[in-house]
Parts: sequence; structure tokens; C-alpha cells
Amino acid sequence: MSFPSWSIEEATRVLSPLKNVQGPVLIALQAVQERFGYVHEDAVGLIAETFNVSRADVHGVLTYYHDLRTAPAPARCIQICVAEACQAVGSRELVAAVEKKLGKKIDETHADVEIKAAYCFGNCALSPAAMVDGELVGRATVEKVTA
Amino acid sequence: MSTIIYIPNDSAAISIGADQVAALVAQEAVKRSLDVTIVRNGTRGALWLETLVEVVTPQGRIAYGPVQPEDVSSLFDADFLHGGAHPLALGVTDQIAWFAGQDRVTYKRVGLIDPLSLKEYESHGGLVGLRKAITQSGSDIVAEVTASGLRGRGGAGFPAGIKWKTVLDAQADQKYVCCNADEGDSGTFADRILIEADPFTLIEGMAIAAVAVGATQGFVYLRSEYPTAIRRLRDAIAIAEGAGVLGTSVLGSKHAFNLEVRVGAGSYVCGEETAMLESLEGKRGVIRSKPPLPAIAGLFGKPTIINNVLTLASVPAVIADGAAAYAARGTGRSLGTQVFQLAGNIARGGIIETAFGVTLETLVNTFGGGTLSGKPLRAIQIGGPLGAYFNSSQLGVSMDYESLAAAGGMLGHGGVVLFDDSVDLAQQAKFAMEFCALESCGKCTPCRLGSTRGAETIEKIISGVDVPANKLLLLDLCEVMTDGSLCAMGGLTPLPVKSAMNNFPEDFTGGAKK
Repeated sequence: MSFPSWSIEEATRVLSPLKNVQGPVLIALQAVQERFGYVHEDAVGLIAETFNVSRADVHGVLTYYHDLRTAPAPARCIQICVAEACQAVGSRELVAAVEKKLGKKIDETHADVEIKAAYCFGNCALSPAAMVDGELVGRATVEKVTA
Repeated sequence: MSTIIYIPNDSAAISIGADQVAALVAQEAVKRSLDVTIVRNGTRGALWLETLVEVVTPQGRIAYGPVQPEDVSSLFDADFLHGGAHPLALGVTDQIAWFAGQDRVTYKRVGLIDPLSLKEYESHGGLVGLRKAITQSGSDIVAEVTASGLRGRGGAGFPAGIKWKTVLDAQADQKYVCCNADEGDSGTFADRILIEADPFTLIEGMAIAAVAVGATQGFVYLRSEYPTAIRRLRDAIAIAEGAGVLGTSVLGSKHAFNLEVRVGAGSYVCGEETAMLESLEGKRGVIRSKPPLPAIAGLFGKPTIINNVLTLASVPAVIADGAAAYAARGTGRSLGTQVFQLAGNIARGGIIETAFGVTLETLVNTFGGGTLSGKPLRAIQIGGPLGAYFNSSQLGVSMDYESLAAAGGMLGHGGVVLFDDSVDLAQQAKFAMEFCALESCGKCTPCRLGSTRGAETIEKIISGVDVPANKLLLLDLCEVMTDGSLCAMGGLTPLPVKSAMNNFPEDFTGGAKK
């Protein structure tokens, strides 16, 4: 995945269609992240100003949701479901094996590849489940998720 | 004449190769100069058979599965276009015991049609309920839903008709219908599949709710982990708008109803209805105290119907076929059907829709075929991360709201997750507390702090530190969390913990792992 670098002009353009949305803060943050891959710190003030809410409100929403990130997205993101249905068919072991193969720990931040814990992709009859760069993987194995 | 081949475009099917299978079937047909039409249907719910390829023949739809990409050319060699014999041949789909034993009502079209074909939707009974509803008064519709006995399928089991009546009776300049599609429970996927396979049913159900109570705007709160469902529902809404099912005049009536999808951002607790409202309003997903009920003061402070996907998707059938037909199914106060989801370490996982009152044994063994690993079944968690763990001697329980509660559990959203004998229930109990600590919105102290203390205490039990005293402490903490939390997150996290302790005491002795 590649994203353009942060620019306040582009962010302003991204936010302009949202002017009349009721309850816009989360949608605005999601729109910024969709465009740039993350929410740059300057987006907080821009969203506050655009929608006439406090910076604290925007910061509060930004820091509440697991999906929203404040640093650029890694080149590659491997999310592995670690919830119960996937635990039942070895997701704990899968995580350990992927960590070992990539030499990285789960939920650490890296620029090249990140392994993230996820909690359910709704693929629980074909567990373990993973999502690699947005693509759902069923019956996940080390080979499949690091291919 | 072109032969019709169905190959699912459900995200679970795609996750194990359905797109490759579809591409290869198309390629191979061209290579062999065969005239085929590939229809990408939703999954029929037999995920253990995916990729399930169906061919339309004079005998009906003939199934082949699970088809791997490498099987495609041998299917052609076996003349599967005419139902030819092949090791993957399963016969007429409807006659496969796994399907034939079900009673599909809410899911009646799921997997049968192209999800985005409004024409096919109508030819399979779609829009009958909504067409009827627009000729009825709001109170007649609400009375019908009440008489059907339909209860909330999200987990709480509150009678839908009573909730709707509260919204109908509320006076306001604006009312809303919100669909909770934040299906975060591990082991559940029925909302996702319905939205991906038959999105118009949800749209129709929401439109009927809106017509009934006089709401003109609806929202579907759909989780970000379901990107395919998000795209498909948005496409379906656009098609429904274009066809006049949604918009300023629903099917030419005086009712206006617009629908918007809002996407979650990875917070489990936003599946709690008041946290969902906060999130829909763009705020932190912190739960609200009740009262006021959302039916009185919900989204943006206005009267709001909030129902789960399956609740709303059951409404078209209730209105089309009448309350009596729906209420004729089920047992006691659990009327109609439940869409169960068989998951985890299971041989034949997927969607089982059947009347309430089926036994856990039937779901787990007759339909599910036991564990995937082939090792002995040891634990079954019913109802998601906040549901109880049962042991293998408890398979006789009837799957309905009251029986599960009496057995110390809950139905939740109908997820059934199997574990074989490698599971350690102390670890599962600890995970329940850790998950609560991770996902707590932070409003109630017992949930916010108790969950962390709970995980620590279970770790001490696992390590053999002062086991009897720490077990007592854990039970005491569970009581505080149950009684002192505003919502189900903190209030029900003790359920998996205590049921694990009760039903698997041997895992809480502090000894080394078995």
C-alpha cells in the first residue's frame, strides 16, 4: 500500500465533502486515514476547526479507536485473529511462528512489516483467520500470511 | 444453451480461493468452447464445503465441494456441467443432509441468488413484506412484529415489537432506525454473511421498521473488519435508491426513508447499543447510562429503533408470511428461528438456521461433525467472548434463551465455538479478562480496573500462588464486575470466567499444565 505524504491542502480537500455530516469527527478521521494511511498530528487542529469542535474532542476520538493510527502505515500489515474461535485451532501457535519467521513481535511498530493482533474477521468456521494488506485469509498458515 | 454455474463471492469463500476457482472455471470453459454463465452468489453457509460450486441441471442445483483451484480441470473432465460423477460431487444441494435438516426463514435467500440482483431478490419473495407494510398502519405493523414473538438477536433478546412500540408512541420531529452490524463476537459471522449474500433483506427490514414508527433516516453501523460487507451493502443501498425502494417515496408510498452505512473503527464495545450511538455520532464509543432508553432518546437525542442485523432481517418474513407462521416455530418464549454459527475447532462449520429448541448435541455432532482435529471435544463456548464455556457432558441443553440462561450461560448472538482437549480453560478465562481490559470503554471502574486485576489473579492461580485464596478473590471480583458495571462488557465478562471455573475445576488447581 502506498499513500501520498501529508499535506494540509489535500486534507482540506478530503474533508470538504463532509461539511454537512451529522456527527462528523470519526468519519473525518477515517477519511484522513484512508487518504494518507494515518492521521497526521496537524489533522487534529484542522478537523477541530473545520467542524467547530474542540481539539480535545478530536484527540479523544483519535486515541479511542484501535483502527486509527498516528504514524505512517507500514508497507505491509499482517493482522492475525487471536480471539476464541481462532485460538481453538491454533492462532496462538500461528502468532508465535509468524513472529519467529519475521523476527518481529506482535503489536510492535515497524516501517516495513507489522504483525497486529485482531479480534474477529467473521471467518470463524475457517479459522485461523488473518488479514494481509486488507485481504482476508482463511485456514491461515505461516506460509499463507507471509507469502 | 448456457449452463449456469454458481460460485460464491462471500469473503470467507474468497479467503480460501473462490476467486481463483471462478477465474479458472471461466478460463477452462473458454478453452473447451463451452457456453457457461458464472453467477457469483453469496455463500450458502456450508463454509466447510467452500468453495462450493453449483451447476444448474434439470435435476436442480448439483453441488461440488470443497473445490480447490487444482480440481477445476478434473471437474470439466468429469462433465460436471451435466452433473457428472466426481470425487467432490455432493448431489443435489438441497438434499445434502446438512442443508435439508435446516429451517431457513431469515436466511431463506442466502446463497441462492446474486446478492445485488434486485430482480432475483423479488423473484425469491423479496419486497413482499415491505409492499404489505406500506398499506398498513404503524400500529398494525408493530402489532404483527410483537405477535411473532421476535426477540433481539444481538444477544439481549428483548422483544422487538415492544421496542418498536416505544418508538412509535414517542413524539418527535425526527426518528431513526439503526442497525447494529458491529458483529464483534468471536465465533459469529451470521450478520456478515447475510449482508454479503442477501443485503436487500436487511434494507427491506429496516424500511419496514421505518415505515412502522415514522423514521425517515436509518444507519447501519458496520464494523471495519468486514470490508466486503461494507462495499456490498453500499452497492445494494444505491441499487435500492435507484429502484425507489429507498428515498423520498418508499415504493411509491408517502413514506420517505434514507439509509447510510457508517463504519466502525475497531472497538468491540461499540457493539453495545449506547456505545454504538456515541460512535455513530462520531464520538468516543463510551457507553451511556440508561434511562433514557434509546427508544425515547437515542441517536442525536431522538427516538431510535436499534436492532441487530438478524432481528431486522427477520422482519420481512414476519410481515410477508404473518406472525403466526413465525411464532409456530420455536419453544416457550423463544419463538421463530435462530441463525446459529458453528465455529472454531469444528469439522463442518457454518450457518445452521433452525427453530429454537434444537439441542447443543444436534448442532455440535449431527450438523458440526465434532472437532476438526478429530481429538475429543472438551469445551464449547456459546454466545461469544461474554458467553459461558460448557463441557462435553452438557450437550443436552436446549438452545433457547431461557434454557441457556438456566444452564448458567446465554445465547448471545448464537455463536457456538468448539475446543478440543488441548484447550486450557484457565488460559481461556484469563483471555476473557484480558479482552475486557483491552476493550473496556473505561466508564465503569469494575470493568476498567477489575478486568486487569482479574487477569492478574488468574495468572496467579495458573502459577500455583495461593490458589484457594485467589479463587475466592476472583469470584468476589466477578461479583463486583457483574453488579457494578453498566453494560454487558463488564457485566458479562465474569460469565466465561465463572463457567470455566465451574465446569472445568481441574484446570484451576494451580498445578502444572496437563
